[in-house]
Amino acid sequence: MAFLSISRLTKTFGTNTTVKGADLEVERGEFLTLLGPSGCGKTTILRMVAGFETPTSGTIRIDGKDVTDLKPHQRKIGMVFQAYALFPNMSVRDNIAFGLKVAHRSASEIDARVKEMLELIKLPQLADRYPYQLSGGQQQRVALARALAIKPQILLLDEPLSALDAKIRVSLREEIRALQRQLGITTIFVTHDQEEALSMSDRICVMSEGRIEQLGTPFEIYNYPKTRFVASFVGTLNILRGKVTDGAAGRVQIDGQEVVTNRGLNGASTGDEVAVALRPEALSIGRANGQSNNLDGVIDEVHFLGSVVRIRVRFSDTAVSLDTFNRPNAAPPERGQPITVNFGREDILVLEGPAH
Amino acid sequence: MNQSRIIPWIGFGLGALYFLIPLIATFEFSMRMERGTYSFKAYRIVFADPGFQASFAYSAVIAVLTIIVGVALVVPTAYLVQLKLPRLRPVVEFLTLLPLVIPAIVIVFGYLRMYNSSSILPLTGSARGTDLLLIFAYVMLSLPYMYRSVDTALRTIDIRTLTEAAQSLGSSWPRIMLQVILPNVRVGVLSGAFLTFAIVIGEFTMASLLNRPAFGPYMQLIGANRAYEPAALAIIAFAVTWACMGLIQLVASLSPGSKR
Ligand SMILES: Nc1ncnc2c1ncn2[C@@H]1O[C@H](COP(=O)(O)OP(=O)(O)O)[C@@H](O)[C@H]1O
Ligand SMILES: [Mg+2]
Repeated sequence: MAFLSISRLTKTFGTNTTVKGADLEVERGEFLTLLGPSGCGKTTILRMVAGFETPTSGTIRIDGKDVTDLKPHQRKIGMVFQAYALFPNMSVRDNIAFGLKVAHRSASEIDARVKEMLELIKLPQLADRYPYQLSGGQQQRVALARALAIKPQILLLDEPLSALDAKIRVSLREEIRALQRQLGITTIFVTHDQEEALSMSDRICVMSEGRIEQLGTPFEIYNYPKTRFVASFVGTLNILRGKVTDGAAGRVQIDGQEVVTNRGLNGASTGDEVAVALRPEALSIGRANGQSNNLDGVIDEVHFLGSVVRIRVRFSDTAVSLDTFNRPNAAPPERGQPITVNFGREDILVLEGPAH
Repeated sequence: MNQSRIIPWIGFGLGALYFLIPLIATFEFSMRMERGTYSFKAYRIVFADPGFQASFAYSAVIAVLTIIVGVALVVPTAYLVQLKLPRLRPVVEFLTLLPLVIPAIVIVFGYLRMYNSSSILPLTGSARGTDLLLIFAYVMLSLPYMYRSVDTALRTIDIRTLTEAAQSLGSSWPRIMLQVILPNVRVGVLSGAFLTFAIVIGEFTMASLLNRPAFGPYMQLIGANRAYEPAALAIIAFAVTWACMGLIQLVASLSPGSKR
């Protein structure tokens, strides 16, 4: 049985059901991310695991033990908040020691543990500073140390990087992941940032409107999205309207040009209107032979993004974006030029549900 | 100085004069006890008067007890209202403002009816009981100031997240209140406390009608019977109030964690 097991978890606030029967199993030592747009219920799930909200129905088990009705302070769960939440009246040392003092550990044990935690977050020189004397990134590392000091069973992080600058965000996410691996602590990380989720997680749980849409490794989530929502939320996606011309052979017509997919039609059959998804990075410029698909169009827009150039290609009545690497010695493509793009049969994904 | 600054400065100057002239006049008068020369004789007499010492000490003790009861009542209340019952906030704010609207004399007559020696709770039947009643009355008088300063201090910190952080670290409610909430609203509590001190030291109506040996009735007694000493007393009372205000400023500027 999984270390953390959530079953049929539901939470209703007034008339508004925020979490709708979530089932989730997290293995010991796993790093699982709840990913979804703001308001989809991620924080609510996390708060129920921590004990700050009582589930309307459903159970939460940790290590086989039902904790659904336990108070937060009985659960031994480490929590890190977006707003750091360090105690402003306490030094870094006292913040980290807080949970240990609550647990009545001996002074020598507390000293040793605080020192160990300060080494772990690489801030041993800042033990006597107060929170207001620290940068956001430093505060968040102290918050992490404070949560980990009590050796919690599970670490919960609610958008811990959202308040930080882009650069620190990236370095801290690597640091958090390395720490988590080193300690082997079971972790649930909440974010609305798909890049964060893809780069950090063992598994990602994509949520939408209180439901779990898909649970899988970053590779599965990105390459094999099960629903239209997952496909469009994770990564940039071109969605085109198509019509199935031959269900058995996987032939689909897009703006009068025919393409072939070998990834199945997700239940669509000949004659159906479908939504077809293409990742920008799957598209290449030029005509390809053999098994590949080709679409002829015209360059609509060119965005220079530094290392990458994003080109928008228009077909007769739809358009796609594609990325190419910037090459200093080649002239960039120009608007209005005719262009052919190609992509493999495995790159084209027919999404569930009707086209719109 | 340009045109636009002159008008406010004139306003400020007039206000300052309105405030300072009586103060200076009182001070000047309090120094004239000895004919033909300025001296602190009136102050020496006041400070040497056992009545002054006793009544000031009494009021100071009552003020400290009022502050303790007030803090114990207001901090948890303001905290719970903000955390759990935000919808009750306007109601609670209204209640805490009532003492500004209801005259002290009305309240005191109410008390005398409620707690007289033939009532269920005969607080006025004994001196200690009346002291207790006086403390509760002062807690209520100081509510507008205490509640406001504590509530404002609570609003500057994220009490929900701090509370949850402490809870997840295993902390119980009493520890959260004493170690996390109270230290972070210390500035608000102290400014409320100094205001309370200043109010209690100078209060007359309640102490007088409840017949307690407080500083307010003592000042009134002296004022009715002497010439120079009341002026000295007025200046002393001012000094106490100003010292309280000065301490509020000092505490606010010295507290760690306030320089954000
Ligand atoms: N205490 C609460 N009372 C009422 N509604 C709430 C409460 N907490 C969250 N909600 C609602 O639940 C929904 C999901 O919130 P949340 O779990 O915070 O989403 P997320 O973390 O994914 O952004 C939101 O619509 C929010 O308004
Ligand atoms: Mg959230």
